[in-house]
Amino acid sequence: MIAYFAKRFVWLLITVWVVFTVTWILANNSPGNPFTSEKSFPPEIEANLRRRYNLDKPPLVRYTLDLGNLVRGDMGVSTKQVDFTVNELISLCWPVSAALGLAALAWAAVVGLVAGVVSASRRGTLADLSLMSLATVGIALPNFVIAGFAILLFSFLIPLLPPAGWGSPRYLLLPAFCLGAPYAAYIARIARTGMLDVLSQDYIRTARAKGLSRLAVIMKHALPTAVIPVVSFLGPAVAGIITGSLVIEKVFAIPGIGYSFVQSAIDNDTPMAMGIVVLYTILLFTMNTLVDAAYTWLDPRVSWEDVS
Amino acid sequence: MQNTGPQPETPRIGKSLWSDAWGKLLRNRLAVACMVVLALVASGAFLTPLLPLQPSDKAVTSRDFEPPTFRHQPSDNLQVRRNDEVVPLTLVVIAEADAKAEKVEQQLADIDSGDHERRKRVLNSIEDVRQRPYLEAGFTNMGPFSRWMTRMRLRIFGNWSIPSLCGRDSLGRDVLSRVFWGARVSIIVSIVATLVSLVIGVSYGSISGYFGGTVDGVMMRIVDVLYSVPFIFVVIFLLTILGEEQTKKQLAEYGIDRITIFYVVVGAIYWLTMARVVRGQVLSLKKELYVEAARAQGAGQMEIIARHIVPNVMSVVIVYLTLTIPRVMLFEAFLSFLGLGVESPDVSWGMLASEGLDVINPVRTYWWLVVFPSIAIGLTLFALNFFGDALRDALDPKLREGR
Repeated sequence: MIAYFAKRFVWLLITVWVVFTVTWILANNSPGNPFTSEKSFPPEIEANLRRRYNLDKPPLVRYTLDLGNLVRGDMGVSTKQVDFTVNELISLCWPVSAALGLAALAWAAVVGLVAGVVSASRRGTLADLSLMSLATVGIALPNFVIAGFAILLFSFLIPLLPPAGWGSPRYLLLPAFCLGAPYAAYIARIARTGMLDVLSQDYIRTARAKGLSRLAVIMKHALPTAVIPVVSFLGPAVAGIITGSLVIEKVFAIPGIGYSFVQSAIDNDTPMAMGIVVLYTILLFTMNTLVDAAYTWLDPRVSWEDVS
Repeated sequence: MQNTGPQPETPRIGKSLWSDAWGKLLRNRLAVACMVVLALVASGAFLTPLLPLQPSDKAVTSRDFEPPTFRHQPSDNLQVRRNDEVVPLTLVVIAEADAKAEKVEQQLADIDSGDHERRKRVLNSIEDVRQRPYLEAGFTNMGPFSRWMTRMRLRIFGNWSIPSLCGRDSLGRDVLSRVFWGARVSIIVSIVATLVSLVIGVSYGSISGYFGGTVDGVMMRIVDVLYSVPFIFVVIFLLTILGEEQTKKQLAEYGIDRITIFYVVVGAIYWLTMARVVRGQVLSLKKELYVEAARAQGAGQMEIIARHIVPNVMSVVIVYLTLTIPRVMLFEAFLSFLGLGVESPDVSWGMLASEGLDVINPVRTYWWLVVFPSIAIGLTLFALNFFGDALRDALDPKLREGR
């Protein structure tokens, strides 16, 4: 196990390095620089500033300096938000995004799992058909379309929830719903397939034959196995929810990382954008590693050698 | 090998994978419905200039936020301004412009062929003169084929246009025609970008699978690393950097615009899974008995690849292709939604949805700005996704017999 995590950690470092290098090269070869927007900088002062921020050094030296800063955990200063370092901005934004993402993931997992299990145990009934049609619709619709309809319905037609903003838990409901909806749909489909596979196994028939109730068989014998494909989907789901939050945070005007990222990219706030890209690389990698690790915990047949 | 066993009385008619899959698809009623929807969307998008729609970029500010209506108004029709007078766009107006363009073209013959600067300028002005009547009527820049279709439309329908059945947007532009013109962009972008990913993925995957060994190991490790890169972020980063005025001007000189960058970038993301899938197939196909049998019979390398490997990879590739197109379309919508996709005056579905969401407010809900583009995206993506799933089931050899 320790060997597995050590190996994954090395790969994480390689991945972060690749991402950092690619974004660094892109950022440093674009013609704009942090001083483009300020109109009146006397050339001497700009030269001073350039020296202060090492912009006058050859590219390779700057790259090494920036990489060193990254290793020390210093992502630099935002070039657009007054008096903020990238780390400060991220630490302000991430709790918001984390709350939103966790709420979305939680509802997607719970509702998706329940829908999938219900669907599988009542295969072929009207309930199954309607749940699965709903799931297909959920997969096909982009989340901003769902968001548009949700705002029209629940904020304007029936004024229940605020259409935008951040503050109390009430503000969380609509965005979390829209963000999680496609993943609830995916999870429902995956859980249904997994459940159907398990329900046709011999040991389920044995459990039924010895007189257990349907519910007991499903909950105790079938569910733990049927959950495995759902867990393996959680990795991509986390990635998707992170991506989706870019749009959802924009639609609902939520001050999270996704919104800051789009803003900083549009504003040409390179250190901020690079910081967020690196952060998300680490996050995504960690999530995938944890999901792989969860396999061994859920399925005793899978060993640590298999996942690595 | 000699076949000594008794021959069956009636030889079974061999069914090719494709005819079998096609039969299965036709039996799946929802799949047929999806095909019909996709055919309608595709032909609607293709024939857009031929349909009597209002121009997509004609702003009638006095009619902003007009709700959907069946009533026809004079300003719905195709019109141009001539000497401070509004006149209908007719073939005569277009013919006048073309005649003027031809006159300029004659100048071209006088210019020394070495004078590239001047030739280029004159060529541009010819293009401008030709485009002018269409632009004045409110169309966006069109290629020769679209212009020809517009002239056909004028022959068939005159300058009459369908009233604003889907309402008008914040600048008084017709939403119905914007949805149609948006379909063109969304569909072309997703198909081209998917093809780019196909080319990269298939060649990378087959090279990796064919050579095997260390080459395969290294190439697949690279794919593994790329898999954990949050590409959406890198793409947004890239698009904003390349979208800067200075860079844009530099790139425009090479004829590269944002859409081209989009094709390349999206193709560069979505090839990863394709490469893995193709590699897996090639790896297992290399060892198949029938490949060995073909080799034993003296078939050449090319024949084996063409007759045995490619057809077997094709089914997987096509299924993956139909599932990638909706993802790319969604991604384009996603980027346009964030304001990083296609640029005005071109429209795409994601841009329309974004514009709709931008102007909704509790005082007055301009629901038509959200609902109609959403229906267009939702329906198309639904049909594509479902069709892809159905195609995968139909091509799955495990389900071939007995169902």
